[in-house]
Amino acid sequence: MSTVPSDLKYAKSHEWVRVGGEAGTVGITDHAQHELTDIVFVELPAVGRTVKAGEACAVVESVKTASDIYSPVSGEIIEVNPAVADNPALVNTEPHTGGWLFKLKLSAPAELGALLSPADYEKQIAG
Amino acid sequence: MLKRTALYTAHQKLGGKLIEFGGWEMPVQYTSITDEHLAVRQAAGVFDISHMGEVTVSGPGAEAFLNGLLTNDIRKLAPGEGQYTLMCHERGGVIDDLYAYKLSAGVYLLIINASRIEPDVAWLKAQAAKTPGDFTLTDASHQYAAIAVQGPRVKEFIDAVIPGASSSAMRVNAVTELKKNQIGGFKFENHSVLVSRTGYTGEDGFEIVGSDESIAHLWDKVLAVGRPFGLKPAGLGARDTLRTEVCYPLYGHELDENTTPMEAGVGFFVALDKGEFNGRSVLAEQKAAGVKKRLVAFKMTDKSAPPRPQYPIWVNGARVGVVVSGTQSPSLGIGIGLGYIPAGTAKTGDAIEIEIRGKRHAAVIVPKPIFKKS
Repeated sequence: MSTVPSDLKYAKSHEWVRVGGEAGTVGITDHAQHELTDIVFVELPAVGRTVKAGEACAVVESVKTASDIYSPVSGEIIEVNPAVADNPALVNTEPHTGGWLFKLKLSAPAELGALLSPADYEKQIAG
Repeated sequence: MLKRTALYTAHQKLGGKLIEFGGWEMPVQYTSITDEHLAVRQAAGVFDISHMGEVTVSGPGAEAFLNGLLTNDIRKLAPGEGQYTLMCHERGGVIDDLYAYKLSAGVYLLIINASRIEPDVAWLKAQAAKTPGDFTLTDASHQYAAIAVQGPRVKEFIDAVIPGASSSAMRVNAVTELKKNQIGGFKFENHSVLVSRTGYTGEDGFEIVGSDESIAHLWDKVLAVGRPFGLKPAGLGARDTLRTEVCYPLYGHELDENTTPMEAGVGFFVALDKGEFNGRSVLAEQKAAGVKKRLVAFKMTDKSAPPRPQYPIWVNGARVGVVVSGTQSPSLGIGIGLGYIPAGTAKTGDAIEIEIRGKRHAAVIVPKPIFKKS
């Protein structure tokens, strides 16, 4: 079974965000990596780019397909994870920790309220 | 409503991830494409290929009929032998690529692509209607299920899965006595099954056709007997990466009705000297005068996202071609692919570029197959 950590907020499109102060860290969920399997390439957004909630801003590629990753929240990209660029399999092995994709400075923190709670996300992937 | 094979419940039990393919609900993978791919390269894998179509043509006129439709020379087959061949229309475009087996004198079995069963059967029937001769054409696709057991270790256990000598087609004392492209009829738990030494992975292996019931039992036995040898169930994902590494065409990608065997690099299977057949004049002219487009294999040379079908190919700063198959190669750990470029624009060893999401990435044209075991 996929793990759904309780300290994260979730997007219906299977991204998670961990909020600390004004910044949010974004990755894809354990469920998503399990569905994609064998992640072989990760394309990350440029630092400094501003993104809107729901905007495609990264690509995760498995052997079979390329999948767009949507930012769950709006903001400015302030950091990307160099470790996943070097070792894309980190997204498979540590989706909620070492396999994070990017950090952004939240421009509309109120959007967090529209994201799914761990319990709601768990319901979504169960159904 | 998608069609389901006799192995549908087996796939579910194994945790297979099911997708639509050619109108069928088929497993794309069980655990991971990479793991399944490497199991086939290093040990063994078993695939459900029940979606593929089977057509029988029999009677005294069967050979002449088929030889007028297919590009390879079917007269070269002895009973118990098969050949890769293509079926073209009058302009040389490919209706399908297939395997033709001669089971006995005047009895032929065609194994065709799942996605092409309807157009193939319609074409065959239309051609039969205007061909004199005594033969019967039967679409037996719904009667048969099939599996492929592939990999270097398969020969170590397949005789334990299907013990005994063949009783029809190629007569041998054991399955492993079949040579490449030979087919034999064997008994498996009182069912008749056809076993050929063929495959779509670039590895040694066998493809087995039989009734739904026999193939469902056979699947379980292959897993039970093969597991200690490293066999894994493998899905369509691994099937695609395996065939791409060895540059076997997939209909709808390398081949279609607007592409000829010469353009696709499978001219070896066109017997221009055998007499008249559909498409012959166009194919002979292409052989003599050359083709306008050409299928090339390439490897990415810099770190990049894997190439995918429909990505543009650039040569010398001009956008000239298109990728038709592309993936990350599990064996090589880099992006590989096949694509069409205008003939004369680039040759083996030349640098080309693949456009991925608006950005061009370096690649090099390589000899086929892209992957070869050392």
